[in-house]
Amino acid sequence: MRIGALKTSYAADHALFDTPVQRAWLGLGAALLLAFPFVADDYWLYLACLVAIHVIATTGLNILTGFTGLVSLGHAAFMGVGAYTAALMEIRLGAPFLLNLLGGGLMAAGVGVLVGLPSLRVKGLYLAIATIAASFILHFVFQNWSTVTGGIAGLSVPPARILGIELARPAALYWVILPLAGLSVLAAANLFRTRIGRAFIAIRDRDISAEILGIPLLRYKLMSFGLSAFYAGLAGGLFAYFFRSITPESFPLVYSIFFLAAVIVGGMGTILGGILGAAFMTMVPEVLKLGVGLASPWLPNAVAILSPVRTVVFGLLIIGFLIFEPHGLAEIWRRIRRFFHLWPFRT
Amino acid sequence: MEGFDPLFFAEVTLAGLGSGALLALTGLAFVLIYKATRVVNLAIGEMLMVGAYLFFAFAAGLGLPAWGAIPLALAGGGLLGAAIERAIIRPMLGESPIAIFMVTIGLGSVLVGLVEIVWSPNPTQLPDFIGAAPVFLGEAYVSRKIAVGFAVACLVIAGFLLAFRTWRGGVALRATAADQAAAYSCGIDVPAVFCAAWALAGVAAAAAGILVGAVGGISPTMGVFGLSALVVVIVGGLDSVAGALVGGLVVGLLEAWSGTFLGGEYKIVATFSLLLAVLVVRPYGLFGTAEIERL
Amino acid sequence: MGPQPAPRPEDAPAGAPSAAATPSLAVAGLSLRFGGLKVLTGVSFDVAPGSITAVIGPNGAGKTSLFNCISGFYRPQEGTIAFEGEAIGRLHPPARARRGLARTFQNIALFRGMTVLDNIKLGRHVHMRTNLLDALVYWGRARREEIEIRAEIEERVIDFLDLNHIRHQPVASLAYGLRKRVELARALAMRPRLLMLDEPVAGMNREETEDMARFILDVKEEWGTTILMVEHDMGLVMDISDHVVVLNFGQVIARGRPAEVTRNEEVIRAYLGAGDVGALRARIEGREAA
Repeated sequence: MRIGALKTSYAADHALFDTPVQRAWLGLGAALLLAFPFVADDYWLYLACLVAIHVIATTGLNILTGFTGLVSLGHAAFMGVGAYTAALMEIRLGAPFLLNLLGGGLMAAGVGVLVGLPSLRVKGLYLAIATIAASFILHFVFQNWSTVTGGIAGLSVPPARILGIELARPAALYWVILPLAGLSVLAAANLFRTRIGRAFIAIRDRDISAEILGIPLLRYKLMSFGLSAFYAGLAGGLFAYFFRSITPESFPLVYSIFFLAAVIVGGMGTILGGILGAAFMTMVPEVLKLGVGLASPWLPNAVAILSPVRTVVFGLLIIGFLIFEPHGLAEIWRRIRRFFHLWPFRT
Repeated sequence: MEGFDPLFFAEVTLAGLGSGALLALTGLAFVLIYKATRVVNLAIGEMLMVGAYLFFAFAAGLGLPAWGAIPLALAGGGLLGAAIERAIIRPMLGESPIAIFMVTIGLGSVLVGLVEIVWSPNPTQLPDFIGAAPVFLGEAYVSRKIAVGFAVACLVIAGFLLAFRTWRGGVALRATAADQAAAYSCGIDVPAVFCAAWALAGVAAAAAGILVGAVGGISPTMGVFGLSALVVVIVGGLDSVAGALVGGLVVGLLEAWSGTFLGGEYKIVATFSLLLAVLVVRPYGLFGTAEIERL
Repeated sequence: MGPQPAPRPEDAPAGAPSAAATPSLAVAGLSLRFGGLKVLTGVSFDVAPGSITAVIGPNGAGKTSLFNCISGFYRPQEGTIAFEGEAIGRLHPPARARRGLARTFQNIALFRGMTVLDNIKLGRHVHMRTNLLDALVYWGRARREEIEIRAEIEERVIDFLDLNHIRHQPVASLAYGLRKRVELARALAMRPRLLMLDEPVAGMNREETEDMARFILDVKEEWGTTILMVEHDMGLVMDISDHVVVLNFGQVIARGRPAEVTRNEEVIRAYLGAGDVGALRARIEGREAA
């Protein structure tokens, strides 16, 4: 049982991880992630990288949807903008890997701000519908601006290089993707310790009174859109280097729904939720694949129904969590922690 | 314009009006739900798709004639709407509109997946029940399916409008739309009205689905038609029946013209550009009521 | 209900701010309509610096709409609003907040997803410089500012309003009276030059009302903040305000010191219709004597 933590300065009270126990857990987690590539095989490293990419994108969507209260169904399309930008910078300009990632993020942020512009006039659901429109228009651009995007065939991306070292396999990319995911999450956590993060939450909870308290709504909504799209663009850049090939079909509307599901399942408006949701939602198809593998001796068309089953499960997760646990896995996790804090005195 | 052919233009326009009527019918289903329950139902296209597949199941699977399969499919659509309301919308009563909106996104995903599991993801054709002999309006050729679709959609819409005016349940529906609390205190069973609104919307969506399927075939992705319907109601105003009708024709024409004169892939771009323009210029649509905000 | 000519300065009754000092807030000829509905008609009054001015009136008189015009949420069709001599009628709400206009809301508008402390910190928003990049790295300016405002809020606001025990609680879990106090704390964190309180003691019991009255007086005396409040509790209004403006059907029907206003026949009619005028007067005078 934990009794409490004594803090002797405001700085200590503002720390992200405020108890020695938390810091110990954090250290342990970091050590495990460092050791992981040395024990895991390619499949698990592939999954780890994919989870990390999804963590970045989900955290970005969480900033917009979970913290600012604006639903976006264009997140995958923003990711596509980042992916195409990074790929083109690599192919056409031969620019360095990390710069391309930054470029992808910035380009996506610019497009995100543009898509957010209708929030000048409309709010809430209307905006969500505008993001669907943006998603389809971007898909159209990817598909039809063939001289640049390669049309339906898309682009194939050379392997990432840092200091002359080629990062082609998940085992190598792991050392870039994971730290970037860590930094992205840390930056988001930082954001919500400051006035900007507070302004986002205020807009979500009561936008009109936020305005009267001195928060310019349009500027902050656009900032949230831009930042969220930056995260998507960064994830998209990594996606391009990770899969080495991108097509318009890499970023369908369903992928946006995937991220929305990850935010809801993980926990809207919590940093931890973005991590848990991305990991959970990435693992779901893998578990389903496993299930299909087990069922295939008895169910001849099991492989064929894998994709629709996945679609159904995504939808059910969205509905189920919204109805039964709207605060998501993060809340379940919090309850478990609380149980151990009070144990053995209250169960 | 070189080689502008007024007859061809007229034919394209007629085709646009034909699909516009189907859009209007789908928009009506959407507005029905929104007016009564204030739910923005993103799954309207998927409800439409399920309606089309139900007809397919009764007509092709069980081999029923059209006059048997159509009422069964409509009833199935109505049941689906009612079931959705009871199972996943009612538990969300009082939650934020955003949360309920996201529930309907999940619903759309579930419906697509289920249809793919049951009927496979491949597109297919509905058994023909309209015939193929072309219809001529003056000199202009109109595909029979589109003409019949237009006529039936107009009849169904007219039926709905008449019901709202005269039938007791229709009046209860309008009362609930105007003021839930007041309707409740007048002894109107508001939850039942909610359920009825979803059921009726399910019927309307199924009707639209059968017609859309008859014209263009069915596939699990035909729910995309619902996105065009979403544009329709944004253009017309989320809570306006008249808006859905006008919006439907506008979007139908726009899609026909852009699809023919610019190329098929421009259809969706034109539609969604219209959506964005309306959102910026006239956010509550042509006929929608602007929300008055209070502190 | 014809429009009334806006009162000229020389009509101003005793107790109105002296003409010498620039008023903290000067509202002149303000009219607000929603379609055909006239909410405010030719409303004019001044708020003297360092005073407590109360706006009273029956329900639906337009008091909260007046507040909404002053903070910029409603755009009146006619009239001017000047804050410390500067016309602010065309500024956006955030720009008004930056100039030192702070307010509370009739139906408490706290941010449910935040703790008490974060709600109060939000009030400092306009006075902070942290930009997006600072915030993401939380190093240098962001960190410094956060710790600075924390210290300031702890010492000036949280201690002052006695909120120490609940600072880390989510506001959703608080009792009504405490929420009102947190809202006041948030407004105070804005370092207001003019503090607008919309029914600060509505729904409070006697003890809470007395606490709140004490806080309001302390804000005025210790911080020198000018206060404009809407309030229905006539006891509170009589006890602490320096100047009273009476609204009825969107028009100013009386202005002056509390005691003068309560003797105004029109005010009494507005409140009681044709009811028992004598009883109200006796009650109010009894209070004044006490």
